[in-house]
Amino acid sequence: MPWPSLTPLILTLKLGLWTTLLLFICGVPLAYWLVHGRSFLRLPCRIMVNLPLVLPPIVLGFYLLLLFSPTGTIGCFLEDYFHIRFAFSFAGLVLGSMLFSLPFMLNPMMAGLESLPPSLLEAAYVLGRSRTATLLRVLLPAIRPSLLSALMMTFAHTIGEFGLVLMIGGKIEGITRVASIAVYDEVESFNYRAAHFYSAILLIVSFLLLYLMFLINRRSRTF
Amino acid sequence: MLNLAIKKMMRGAEGDMVLECAFSLQKGEFVTLYGRSGAGKTTLLRLIAGLSDPEQGTIRTLEGEIWFDSDNKISLPPQARRAGLVFQDYALFPTMTIRQNLEFAAGNRSHSERVDELLDWIQLREWSKRYPHQLSGGQKQRVALARALAAQPRMLLLDEPLSALDREMRYHLQDKIAELHDRFPITTLLVSHDPAEIRRLSSRVLWLDKGRLIGDDTPDNILKTENRRPL
Repeated sequence: MPWPSLTPLILTLKLGLWTTLLLFICGVPLAYWLVHGRSFLRLPCRIMVNLPLVLPPIVLGFYLLLLFSPTGTIGCFLEDYFHIRFAFSFAGLVLGSMLFSLPFMLNPMMAGLESLPPSLLEAAYVLGRSRTATLLRVLLPAIRPSLLSALMMTFAHTIGEFGLVLMIGGKIEGITRVASIAVYDEVESFNYRAAHFYSAILLIVSFLLLYLMFLINRRSRTF
Repeated sequence: MLNLAIKKMMRGAEGDMVLECAFSLQKGEFVTLYGRSGAGKTTLLRLIAGLSDPEQGTIRTLEGEIWFDSDNKISLPPQARRAGLVFQDYALFPTMTIRQNLEFAAGNRSHSERVDELLDWIQLREWSKRYPHQLSGGQKQRVALARALAAQPRMLLLDEPLSALDREMRYHLQDKIAELHDRFPITTLLVSHDPAEIRRLSSRVLWLDKGRLIGDDTPDNILKTENRRPL
């Protein structure tokens, strides 16, 4: 019997890495604003960020599908003017995963920023340094353990997604059929060997990621 | 150097209070801000540094630069004021070495010579590769002072910089601050409770009580009055 295809695993890895990278880049300024901004919009935004924690993933996937459907206004506009299609595409998976993993990236970052004494930021401002320089050179290095756990939680969470991915991406081989969907597919067709293969790898990777996180947290506590 | 007239509502441990005062600081003057805790001393330093804004009033330099003006809705950010505030908790950057703390403050104007000179002045050159958590309280305080100077501030605001140190270290650092002021006559506003320290360092005392200025005189005169009317 041939080995199950590695394509879903490679796709999952790609999705996890892209989502984590892009969400990190967007998450840093967003977390900074949510902690240090002065706008009244901060509270509603904090709630929005945490919505994916309680919202069934499939609901988020459903709305995203409606939003980006090629027959809808926004989906049509994006496709006509920018040649971007989010429904049933890898880009759509990344976008959906970014929204869905938002609390896993932002909550550790915000907790880290909130744990720093305000005088660190104020000292940098008084010394004449800009907000960007303060964020990049003072605040972010000081919350390194929080950043690492944000990165790892986001990655681990993304590779385990199912409902949202299925809803917005379907299961197109090589494009949107990630490992969790492959498991479902193989079980449906009674191919338990392949289902075991994908499941075991997801289990091992998730376990190792959490183990690594505990090690890092323990080291940062003793530091 | 600085002309200030402000009004700010404060919420303190003893209820609401209005911080309302006006004074000028001459160039090169060393002035102590004196008064019991909760009188508004730290708030006043923060208002000057630009870390918070009063509800009403103006803060301007004697050269005519406006730092704050409530009528015209002007408030210069702390970066543009460059009033070298030294925090009570030192606020050293924990992931930077001592040298990096100073270099970060020196910024684009960075001259390694200047940083070296400051490290020599605080006698911590051989410690320059250490991190803040490896230093004692007195050493941290010296670094905080040197870091404020590395940014070439236009004035120096010291918020009870020596209060956490033992007597010997206090004397040593008082010498350092006095020596600094002799060498570079930078306008300095010091928050202090310690009569000996006030007499030793400053030429003028502003006495703040419950948000109001109740005395502006030489250290001797203020401390004599204070003895008759204890805080």
